[in-house]
Amino acid sequence: MIKPHALAAASLMLACSLALAAPKGDAQNDPLGSHNWSYMRKDLFPATARVIFDERVKVSAPLTAENPMNVPVSVDAAALPGVTEVLVFADLNPIARIVRFGPTGAHPGLGFRIKLQQSSPVRAAARTADGTWHVGGTWVNTTGGGCTLPSAGSASPEWQKRLGEVSSRVWERKEGGERIRLRIIHPEDTGLAAGIPAFYIQALDVADAQGKALMHIEGFEPLSENPVFTVDIPAARASTGYQVSGRDNNGNAISATIEK
Amino acid sequence: MSRSARSLVALFTLGWALLLAAADMNYDLRPVRVAADTWVLTGLNEDFSFKNGGNIVNTGFIVTPAGVLVIDSGPSRAYGEQLRRAIARITDKPVVMVLNTHHHPDHFLGNQAFAPDTLAALPETIHGIHSEGGGFNENMYRLAGDWMAGTEVLAPTKPLTPGPLELGGHTLELIALKGHTGADLAIFDRSTGVLFAGDLVFHDRAPTTPHANIPAWQASLDQLDTLGFKVLVPGHGPVSLDAGPIRQTRAWLTWLDKALRQAAEDGLDMTEALALDLPAEFRRLAVVEAEYRRSVGQLFPAYELKALSHSGRPAQ
Repeated sequence: MIKPHALAAASLMLACSLALAAPKGDAQNDPLGSHNWSYMRKDLFPATARVIFDERVKVSAPLTAENPMNVPVSVDAAALPGVTEVLVFADLNPIARIVRFGPTGAHPGLGFRIKLQQSSPVRAAARTADGTWHVGGTWVNTTGGGCTLPSAGSASPEWQKRLGEVSSRVWERKEGGERIRLRIIHPEDTGLAAGIPAFYIQALDVADAQGKALMHIEGFEPLSENPVFTVDIPAARASTGYQVSGRDNNGNAISATIEK
Repeated sequence: MSRSARSLVALFTLGWALLLAAADMNYDLRPVRVAADTWVLTGLNEDFSFKNGGNIVNTGFIVTPAGVLVIDSGPSRAYGEQLRRAIARITDKPVVMVLNTHHHPDHFLGNQAFAPDTLAALPETIHGIHSEGGGFNENMYRLAGDWMAGTEVLAPTKPLTPGPLELGGHTLELIALKGHTGADLAIFDRSTGVLFAGDLVFHDRAPTTPHANIPAWQASLDQLDTLGFKVLVPGHGPVSLDAGPIRQTRAWLTWLDKALRQAAEDGLDMTEALALDLPAEFRRLAVVEAEYRRSVGQLFPAYELKALSHSGRPAQ
């Protein structure tokens, strides 16, 4: 049997070697205490990148999610200056990446819904102009199974007629600027339900009436069926109307005008 | 201590723990007489848990010379068996009919304790038990653990026809309603004035809404309100002698409907709808925070869809 102090020494050595491998100031002590964090760090970010835990990146989600197929999540990284992109992921999901978005005029935040296979940290990593990734997150507890269930759409021929259909609406915000909410008809199949291949939206671009880009969204399998997005536009970029375009992993195009 | 001695102690402890657990699977069911021949077993105003074994529901029975009518069989096989024993302590009449008021797990998972040909429910309830019962039962094992041992789905085969029912001198009215689920049965005993409202009525506990249709539910409450009952047995919460629980359930549904519609019309994201403050008058309802969160998850997408289907209207 290994003596406790020997074990402690060994783990200390291991911790030191990890600390040496990562850039100075890199995230080590996960505030969410997930055993998978070190692998997330390795898999999702370049070894040379600086990754820090930062409470200024806010992830709002229910502590207990009753429906693992439709867990609401909002990300807000506006407390950070100069956010260039945000990657949202769940450590313990079979497909960890959920969505990546790049605000190019829109507010650096996004509301959406996800499928969770089991209780997991849900995190957002916001990259600032200096290349640092700022990671915030929260735990979501759920009974799980959300990723391996077939979508309702996969069992019904109805969606085929309406695939890619967009419903939307624009609101003026009390804080100034505008809010766009949009919903797209899409099964968002993960590929993890038997016999149903992955089928999901990969790219969405929100632009103003003149076609100037406001937000690029890269989607992954865990986004919920018929995904709903909330995008806020600062007053300076408010437009007479908006447009959204994109495609899924089968090359089906999505295109709609969002009228006020 | 040697390794073998350690394992022996561990084994002994485990065995003892199992024994204790088994001894503890006692719901301590105590029927309370609420009117002539009429008994109610009131559950706790809580969520399902390992501690309460799912006993959060009200069940009841009416003793007549022609036999016993049971209303809902509880959340597990063990509950059903203990209910049957509780009935036998009060009467030696046989159970001739077991009604499941709707297809939610805490109202039918005790069915195994009763003779299959005594089980009855509205046709849509029977259909619901067939299509969703298996999932409910699995979930109950997750939420209540060992209390569920041996519980399997046993759907009634006898479809009920709504209307009058004579049983051993009691004139009963079987009322087919909906709103809490697609089929909600209320049982009104005209002989005693006792109304078993099922889960159309919650008392001092926030209603659950996984299959709710709020306008239909409100219409059902209006109908129950006109019956002129003397005793009201809600699906959850204490028995009442007035229509207070109906008003309470109606007030919550009215607020919930309005709040979620407004949230969707104002462009709130679902996470923002979840964070809304609950009015003070509802904070005293048991498990209100948890039920509100569940209701948002269950109901908000439909309100949202309606709000988004409009062509873009600039907000106030």
